[in-house]
Amino acid sequence: MTNHLETSEMLLNMGPQHPSTHGVLRLVLKLDGERVKAVECVIGYLHRGVEKIGENRTYMQFAPYVDRMDYISAVSNGLGYCLAVEQLIGAEAPPRAQIVRVLFAELNRIASHLLWLGTSALDLGAMTALFYTMREREEVLKIFENYCGARLTTHAFRIGGLQYELHDTFEAETRAFSEMFKKRLDEYEKLLTKNPIWVERLKGVGILTAEECKSYAVSGPMLRAAGVNWDLRKAQPYSGYEQFDFEIPVLHGADSYDRYRIRIEEMRQSLRIIDQALERIPSGAIMAKVPKVLKPAPGEVYVSIEAPKGELGYYIVSDGSLHPYRLRVRPPSFVNLASLEKMAVGALVADVVAIIGTIDIVLGEVDR
Amino acid sequence: MSQDAKPAPVMATEAWEDGLSDLLHSTFNTADTTAILKRETFRGQAFATTAADAFHPVIAWLRDTQNFDYLVDLTAVDHPSDPLCFELVAILYSFASNRRIRIKTFFDAESKPASLTNLYEAANWLEREVFDMFGIQFEGHPNLKRILMPDDWQGHPLLKERSIVDMDQDWVQKHLGIESGQ
Repeated sequence: MTNHLETSEMLLNMGPQHPSTHGVLRLVLKLDGERVKAVECVIGYLHRGVEKIGENRTYMQFAPYVDRMDYISAVSNGLGYCLAVEQLIGAEAPPRAQIVRVLFAELNRIASHLLWLGTSALDLGAMTALFYTMREREEVLKIFENYCGARLTTHAFRIGGLQYELHDTFEAETRAFSEMFKKRLDEYEKLLTKNPIWVERLKGVGILTAEECKSYAVSGPMLRAAGVNWDLRKAQPYSGYEQFDFEIPVLHGADSYDRYRIRIEEMRQSLRIIDQALERIPSGAIMAKVPKVLKPAPGEVYVSIEAPKGELGYYIVSDGSLHPYRLRVRPPSFVNLASLEKMAVGALVADVVAIIGTIDIVLGEVDR
Repeated sequence: MSQDAKPAPVMATEAWEDGLSDLLHSTFNTADTTAILKRETFRGQAFATTAADAFHPVIAWLRDTQNFDYLVDLTAVDHPSDPLCFELVAILYSFASNRRIRIKTFFDAESKPASLTNLYEAANWLEREVFDMFGIQFEGHPNLKRILMPDDWQGHPLLKERSIVDMDQDWVQKHLGIESGQ
């Protein structure tokens, strides 16, 4: 963006302490009246050097750090990291651990989408949804808490499997949640899906076509809202996702409204996976045989999973020592956010709020 | 895995499963030039190393003729003890064939690799991050400036010569008004 301004134009700083930027995102908007002519994202306020920390910790020591990137879906971060290191050392988690991982990852997907739904609706003035979604998210967090003692940064998995056996009440709690949540999803839809204000604010706003999505390497619900039927759980299944019967919702509007509908439908599909997984938790070990001190042979792997926000990847280079030689995180939020500079051009300032909302970013992951 | 045994290099130089590896080889390696230096697999993942000046053409060819229309990630690795101290790694994905490959290249500190921004929009921010973290300059990038660190920060944090506690003391003192961030 050039700093040259016509007489009718002005620069407006939005954030980093603006509630609708979901954390510490700063936008410099070049405006002509209410119209956005250009946008520049200023990020990095939450940069903690996660990749540098990774090079200075052992493989196991680094595992809890990944929870602090996308802290809304810490379980997914942990799953991706464990899978990457397991691939590097050639280990595989036992079947029982894999099913439990799927269960927690899908519960986490619901929790992540719920927080997204509540806060994005709040940004657009629909305050009620926040109280509904937080109430249901609480039930998911209680299951996490009962399992491992933590609600947000769970560190639920270990390299090679799980540290803890499932708690006795897990199945009952999860079943009760699934039963209750199906009806609650319908309630959200009644609140929002046909609400004229909601539709008016989202439909046709923030369009990013399939071609543009691919060029910007956008992944997750944004890509599927643009008509691309692509989800890593189906395209390159991991943790036994190929055994489950579920669908990938795809819509073609490529706008904010379809991103909303995709996420609602994804929560329904997550429930389907949870219901099936509960029926088939096998007995057996929860940890594979993994050395106490990890010294992977020299080599490099890239492993990615379908996190709630898109493709979350870990590129790990080992030089045969105790520490990763290089540990790169491919963050979905960072890559998806880059497309804002394209989507927001021509929109109104109020639309920018809607667009940021439906990208679904977490600045902890954008900045790392 | 025994703790005492010296880890053996397991990266095998072998042809990839499908014909892409051979096609890559026959397209870019001629009698006088070797553009594809190595083709390897590790743990079932395919990657190729190109000569520094072939990095951009190879990726452009993969995008245009082999449908690798998605730049998953672009990152770098620092090898300070080698003359070719920087390694650039691009991870590509093809929706049509549902496969991922990695293209890598090695170059020295003075070289400026060609920017991939004319091929993929995603390269814009990814290259800015590589520049910010490693100081690698990309030729032809429209807006190459820091993205995560402050604009006036000195140094590139992911270089191996930087310890984890290193920081730009002057910046910290000037902007935060404290003696040290440690």
